[in-house]
Amino acid sequence: MSSKEIMQVKDIPLDRLLDEVTRIHYEDYRLMQICATKVAENRYEILYTFGKGYEWKHVRVTVSHEEKVPSITSIFEIAYLYENEIHDLFGIQIEMMNYDFKGKLFRTGVQFPFA
Amino acid sequence: MADNSIKKISIVPFGPQHPVLPEPIHLDLVLQDEKVIDALPSIGFVHRGLEKLVEKRDFQEFVLIAERTCGICSFGHGLGYVEAIESIMDLQVPERAKFLRTMWAELARMHNHLMWLGLLGDAFGFESLFMETWRLRERVLDQLELTTGGRVIFSVNKVGGLRRDVTPGMLESIRKAVESLEKDCRIVTDTFLGDHDVLSRMKGVGKLSPERAVELGCCGPFLRASGVRRDLRTTGYEAYGKLKFEPVISLDGDCYARCEVRIKELYQSMDLVKQCIEKMPDGEVFVPFKGNPDGECMVRIEQPRGEALYYVKANGTKFLTRYRNRTPTYSNIPGLIETIIGAELADVAMMILTIDPCISCTER
Repeated sequence: MSSKEIMQVKDIPLDRLLDEVTRIHYEDYRLMQICATKVAENRYEILYTFGKGYEWKHVRVTVSHEEKVPSITSIFEIAYLYENEIHDLFGIQIEMMNYDFKGKLFRTGVQFPFA
Repeated sequence: MADNSIKKISIVPFGPQHPVLPEPIHLDLVLQDEKVIDALPSIGFVHRGLEKLVEKRDFQEFVLIAERTCGICSFGHGLGYVEAIESIMDLQVPERAKFLRTMWAELARMHNHLMWLGLLGDAFGFESLFMETWRLRERVLDQLELTTGGRVIFSVNKVGGLRRDVTPGMLESIRKAVESLEKDCRIVTDTFLGDHDVLSRMKGVGKLSPERAVELGCCGPFLRASGVRRDLRTTGYEAYGKLKFEPVISLDGDCYARCEVRIKELYQSMDLVKQCIEKMPDGEVFVPFKGNPDGECMVRIEQPRGEALYYVKANGTKFLTRYRNRTPTYSNIPGLIETIIGAELADVAMMILTIDPCISCTER
């Protein structure tokens, strides 16, 4: 199976993130992972993956260091692990997490090593 | 009658160095007398940043680094990575390579489950069980060494297929080893599952409902022990679609159920290895290709500890933009915290081991 059949990503603007995630939550999906990718200098893609049974769907937002990403922990409580990881490795600012480790989830020798 | 006794609240640090945990994970346990009322996890003591190396290593070489994420699930990590690259490049891997990959993945599951059972026995003082299971595990490792040349890191996967083939004599050796192992494992696992002390320590301890298990993102045997029938092998990746098996589940959701599921999976893996050997097709084990990957893909496979996700984003050069591995233990941490809350302090170590944590994978 080719990658296009396996992975279809919906790109959305940052201000629609919480609405989209809420809708997905009401469709009974669970959170599978959140991952950040550096695509250019000060441009990062954040990929959210949700699953239901064996189905999955992906939602993506693109942000910079200056933008604050709203936390989805009010919708999916377990997102705090992924959001803290993104903050600690990439330095992306996440707002209103239910558990904010304040940059101490990963004890990295260099600040924001993946940024 | 209201309970008017004075209750003492204290915070007990658990780990990162603890006699039952060979790897560093830290929990701040909030106790009311001896009962855990809250737990805060802390990880990241040995984070290596392996994923970042993908920007500096050729995508074909990187499979060797992906494997080194962990010494136990090494085969699966290599497999997940090459599957993602093969999907991006639309490579059709030969059938024989698919069957061999499946066979090795199941042998890796067998040695993982035997290792876990030994560690669990050791955690609550069943030391003879630890010695027996690790002695049996050696026989699986011997077969892996015979066929791949490695006991921990196998390095047989490469983009497009496999680095090496096996001979009919090797397959016969595996079949005989699995058959004799099955008989010897029965004695150990039947003793374990029927032991009075095991039952009294594990039955009804650390219960997790199926609804909460799904909500908290649990995966693998931890999830299936709560009665959720989800095993990615049933999606038929590699050669699983051509083998007969059913996901192993248990309905109780407690520590004992998690052990039961893993032990049944051990025998299921033995059966799958035998099926692979029986149905092993002839032919090549590698498909040649040219060029570099361009695009992105996420694949998932069922590792011994649960669902693992592999995300690869490529840019048309030999260096990838991003490689991301969401490991099963990372996903199981919120479920673990939920099961610990309400438990006795003395049971915490054993409960952590029943999820079969792998911090090496988590700190990739």
